Amino acid sequence: MSEHTIGVAVNGDRYEREVEARKLLVHFIRDDLDLTGTHVGCDTGNCGACTVLLDGRAVKSCMLLAVQADGAEITTVEGLSPEGELSPLQQAFSEHHALQCGYCTPGMLVSATYLLSQNPSPSEEEIRRGIQGNICRCTGYVNIVKAIRAAAGQ
Amino acid sequence: MSETTVTPTQVELEVGYAGKSIPRKEDQRLVKGEGVFADDLKRHGMGYVHFVRSPYAHARIVSVDVSQAEALEGVYGTLTPDEVAELTDPFFELTTPPGSQIKDYALAVGRVRHIGEPVVAVVAATRELARDAADLVEVEYDPLDVIVDARRAQDDDAPIIHEDAGTNVVWSGIFDWGDIDGALKAADRVVKIEELHFDRFASTPLECSVALVEYERATGQFTLYCNHQMPGVAAIWMGPALRVPLDKLRFVTHDIGGGFGNKITTHTYLTACCLLARKLKRPIQWTEWRTDQHMANAHGNERWFHDIEVAVQNDGTMLGFKVKAIDDCGAFPRYEPLGCIIWAQVTPGLYRWRNIRVDFTQVVTNKSPVAPNRGYSRMQQLWLTERICDIVAHELGLDPVEVRKKNYVRADEMPYETPNGCVYDSGDYARCLDIALELIDYEGVRARQEAGSGKLIGIGIGSTLDSGTNNFGQSTLLNPELQFSGNNEVATIKLDIFGEIVLTLGTVPQGQGHETVAAQVAADILGVSPDQIHVRPGHDSYWNSHAGFSGTYASQFAVTGLEAVKGATEKLSLEIRRLAGAVLGGADPDDIVLEGGFAKRKDNPETALPFMACGAIVNANNAVLPPDVRDVTLNCRYVYVPPFELPDKERKFGNLTLTYATQIHACVVEIDPETGDVELVDYAAVDDCGIRIHPQIVEGQVHGATVHAIGAALYETFAYDEYGQLLTSNFYDYHVPHALDLPEIKTGHIESPSPFSSLGTKGMGEGGGAAIHAICAAIQDALRRAGKPAIVNDSHNPPERVWRMIQNPEETATLVEVTAQ
Repeated sequence: MSEHTIGVAVNGDRYEREVEARKLLVHFIRDDLDLTGTHVGCDTGNCGACTVLLDGRAVKSCMLLAVQADGAEITTVEGLSPEGELSPLQQAFSEHHALQCGYCTPGMLVSATYLLSQNPSPSEEEIRRGIQGNICRCTGYVNIVKAIRAAAGQ
Repeated sequence: MSETTVTPTQVELEVGYAGKSIPRKEDQRLVKGEGVFADDLKRHGMGYVHFVRSPYAHARIVSVDVSQAEALEGVYGTLTPDEVAELTDPFFELTTPPGSQIKDYALAVGRVRHIGEPVVAVVAATRELARDAADLVEVEYDPLDVIVDARRAQDDDAPIIHEDAGTNVVWSGIFDWGDIDGALKAADRVVKIEELHFDRFASTPLECSVALVEYERATGQFTLYCNHQMPGVAAIWMGPALRVPLDKLRFVTHDIGGGFGNKITTHTYLTACCLLARKLKRPIQWTEWRTDQHMANAHGNERWFHDIEVAVQNDGTMLGFKVKAIDDCGAFPRYEPLGCIIWAQVTPGLYRWRNIRVDFTQVVTNKSPVAPNRGYSRMQQLWLTERICDIVAHELGLDPVEVRKKNYVRADEMPYETPNGCVYDSGDYARCLDIALELIDYEGVRARQEAGSGKLIGIGIGSTLDSGTNNFGQSTLLNPELQFSGNNEVATIKLDIFGEIVLTLGTVPQGQGHETVAAQVAADILGVSPDQIHVRPGHDSYWNSHAGFSGTYASQFAVTGLEAVKGATEKLSLEIRRLAGAVLGGADPDDIVLEGGFAKRKDNPETALPFMACGAIVNANNAVLPPDVRDVTLNCRYVYVPPFELPDKERKFGNLTLTYATQIHACVVEIDPETGDVELVDYAAVDDCGIRIHPQIVEGQVHGATVHAIGAALYETFAYDEYGQLLTSNFYDYHVPHALDLPEIKTGHIESPSPFSSLGTKGMGEGGGAAIHAICAAIQDALRRAGKPAIVNDSHNPPERVWRMIQNPEETATLVEVTAQ
């Protein structure tokens, strides 16, 4: 199995690691960098629990190989707010009970962060479209939609 | 001792946290990605497991060869069926002979009985290597005939899945309450329904099953860091199978990514991991793949209802019904046959029917085993009662709303004893229905239906009960030899040296917010803020804060969990007040009040002892203690035991659950007549779970349960082909609702306090599948309004089935016959 050296910046920290060509980006983030906030919920790219920002765009990190991220800037859920603080979205998720078990939450927050970065004032339909790639099995999305609206100042 | 007496600064204390939607304690870590889920854990030198799984639904295992896999560099070892057969005993079966002769092991021994059944386990240094090595394992199979359709499992020529049992029947029995034959004779009409089918689905938690298992050779101790949601029961299965006492099985959970019952029967996998940890002398890590979870872990029970006969008066009053039920539990019973009795908690649904006969049979098939999926077994029964209501109403030309109201148990009849001895504690079903109808603008939608449009518009109601706090004595109605009854839950609370209040629960939450709700209840008793109460996340057998039935399942936390918290905290309160009374000049505990972290004399609030001093005295300065309070430990454990009795085995009669929360849902659908596509255009869920400690969490549970049921009604099905191949083994084919699939869900509530819990609470969260019933009802309503005499005879209605009902309504209409007498 071929090994490659890759360099990435995750949440502002630079890492250089040897990885197998076949290693998925999500396993690199979780297992090699020990950033376990990014989760795995399916094998098929459907659930979005592994969503991270890659050079500013939301991607499902189980659908990329680690080697494809070479040179990229990555933001995971751990990088959404400074230590000891919550981002407006994180705060809104808690206030509106937009999470129960919390397993989909990191991916959902990253997708919502990306959505608001592209469209600071989305309609309900646009919010639902924005999180269409993220599955939540606990909330029925009702309060997630409310929280994103609230974080967008609506 | 005057030096420990201080004058408190005046604290502006907010009293009464119970009933308020305070921010959840769990959220801070979970929104930061700092939760600790089982797959987050790592150990030095751990090996990753990959299971080699059966590609056949039913086959004899001819040979197993692991030599090539073991030779691969980086592979630590394997576990084979022969080793499992030698090193373990089959898991305990709950049913009676001959079903109890079924042999269920951690790996397939001799035969495979469903697609994806684990046959060999391979352990390697990385996940990827373990998968590579699994490909090198050679298993030779001799395929056997397959049973996919439970209705064929008792045929003379049906293949026997478990030869040790010699039958495919797991359990069979007749439940007969009242006088159904008399009622059918006396009724104005008899409505006969030939067949209804409740489909197979599962709530599929987003986090799959996970374990990290360590074995300590010196003590023979296994530690299982995992996401099992009912470790007490896992231990009862695993101890005897592994031939170890229960104290050698330490379960540790932390954050769990959803459970919904699907994490109750993972003991087969956990046992394999234990064997591997012991054999390979290293920590073993197992994370189930999504496809594995869908193929071979925990489906919901599929059920057929045959030869239903309903005794009906011309005004829509129903006197009762009889039915033959066939339950399909898949290849192994595991938690079954408990599903053969759990439905009886809600035998008549919400209705005043006094005469009911159920001929119930459970069979095995070559499909995934089942587990108690959210709404377990009651959901199927409630769907039957709701289908009966709508079919009777439509066949008699009556309004389904009026038929429900005529037959609902009335608020003034509470507490109400059902024909089989269950006691519905409180509720007002008709009022909940009125609220639900108002939320969807019932009159307005009826007017739109009259006006007509291109779409077929339908209104449906789903009425359900969420029975909570099981009396495990109901298991003796299935198998009189079983030694299970009652229920219990534990909480432990201590006041430590620096004034820390630490609360330990026996429950194993998976997102239900127990840390927060438990802290609210304890805070009110101790006169502090919930922030000052540290509730330990998860479960650890070493905390000794659990009992045989501990766990989070069957809608019971608000009763069993909170009663335990309340009991433990009241004990601690009394100890603090006794201690403070003794220290503060010999006051009676009743003359001490707890406020703002101080124990104060009521007659002189300035004379007070801070909690910190209490903790310090007892733990580190106890020579100063007066003799009469030297028994105070400030570490209080309480076991809550509900007031149950053993049910009557002969009559199959007794109170099977303590509380009944009500859910009345109403929805509006629009069906495209060209495609059969069902759009849910409005949805309302009204809930009554008694006193709500945290209304926002309750509403969140209502949303979640509703959407699980919407998924089951319209999108989610575990479909098998005739060879027993699963056709929906991942989230592409098994479509769970996404944000765009759903309307806004409107909620309403009333609070009918339970007379049987000291807080007036009722367990809730499962919701009885109300949305399945409501959507089936709405589809049938839309068809009937459009002049199609079809009945909805399946719980799962994808567009092609709805299209068929539109095109050929006779296909299901002929399943119903009404006889006037």
